[in-house]
Amino acid sequence: MAENMSVVINVNGAGREVSVEPRKTLADAIREDLGLTGTHLGCEHGVCGACTILLDGEVVRSCLMLAVQADGAEITTIEGIADGDALHPMQSAFSEYHGLQCGFCTPGMILAGIDVVSRNPDPSPQEIREEMGGNICRCTGYQKIVESVQAAAAVMSAEGGSA
Amino acid sequence: MKPAVFDYSAPESIGEALDLLAEHGSGAKVLAGGQSLVPMLNFRLARPAHLIDVNGVGSLSYISANGALRIGAMTRLTALGESGDVAGAHPVIPAAVAQIGHRAIRNRGTIGGSLAHNDPAAELPAVLMALDAEVTARSADGERVIGMQDLIEDRLFDTTLDDTELLTEIRIPAAAGSSFGFREFARRHGDFALAGVAAVITTDGSTITQAALGAFGGTHATRLPTAEAALVGAEAGDAAFAAAGAGAAADFPATSDVHGTAEYRSHLINVLTVRALKDAAGQAGGGNG
Repeated sequence: MAENMSVVINVNGAGREVSVEPRKTLADAIREDLGLTGTHLGCEHGVCGACTILLDGEVVRSCLMLAVQADGAEITTIEGIADGDALHPMQSAFSEYHGLQCGFCTPGMILAGIDVVSRNPDPSPQEIREEMGGNICRCTGYQKIVESVQAAAAVMSAEGGSA
Repeated sequence: MKPAVFDYSAPESIGEALDLLAEHGSGAKVLAGGQSLVPMLNFRLARPAHLIDVNGVGSLSYISANGALRIGAMTRLTALGESGDVAGAHPVIPAAVAQIGHRAIRNRGTIGGSLAHNDPAAELPAVLMALDAEVTARSADGERVIGMQDLIEDRLFDTTLDDTELLTEIRIPAAAGSSFGFREFARRHGDFALAGVAAVITTDGSTITQAALGAFGGTHATRLPTAEAALVGAEAGDAAFAAAGAGAAADFPATSDVHGTAEYRSHLINVLTVRALKDAAGQAGGGNG
């Protein structure tokens, strides 16, 4: 067993230090060492998008990174996007437009949706489908997911902020 | 679905990385963007004793457009696809990058990693073959320049790099006056293509003077020499494009799997080649640019 390494990550605005084996993926460290189980693991090989997080503001798959690679980075997980009890507009829209069924893909969908809107404030349904093609919903509730992202985009644009 | 044990190093300079490669050789694997290697680690299809993570080597990430386009191996695909210098010199590159995986993949994946991994369905090895690119490979003993053709040969998931070599730079000669077409067919946007082709042609107004085609989605990335021969010297138009499409199907190393038969893929490369050439000719004529 390789020796553990100390990793310092800014997680949702707070500095955290964990001690992990080099082989531990960032996704597993988020869930097991940081205790943030909102980040879901579907396929663990970069196909399903459930483990999507923001790394230094950019959308990435946390199952395709090692935790040791996040040393010194800032990450945002699904737990970090609400403002206290006030949901993020993307979360509110998923609730209002029924953008989830079983909810397993939802954390990744919401972070991917925030990323799409941050780059394109008024995405068309087709653009949302293409941009979010890397996030799979096995309930196949895509229609409502697209509607949710569009609705959130309108709110986020009106608020003048992207996140 | 968890990687096996490995030792981990994160060098901060090229020299440090080369020393580690010299020390560990075939037992080591270089970790670039990790979008192919980490899944292989997770599946334990790859079980290197030592992982050399070059993400901290800042000097491997750059785009320089003085003369030939020079791109550092660790340049992320998002940066590559959004670079004005790259789009200005070789617009086929951003066209291809847009088809690689998804945003989350492109934010981590790198140009050098894509070439060194050499997935036969990957876009960049074929595109860079069509652009006559060269790569620089460095080891503790020195460096050498390798043409794309020689880097890839007929290999898949392998290159002619030695175990102690690090791919550091991609250099692409200028192709002023050329136009391009890029077409691929995938079942969903962002999936690996069943077949795809990059075509770069130059005309003197009506006659094709140069043609370079790179195809992917077969058993390995390849140029399409029969298609190219059918184009050079011919008038840019439907007859030459049809001949090139047939040539492409003859050249393409199609293979059958669960997603499609070899026959179907050969048909695809024929059709995609014709479409890519029409796109290229449209640009040359100032048409659908």
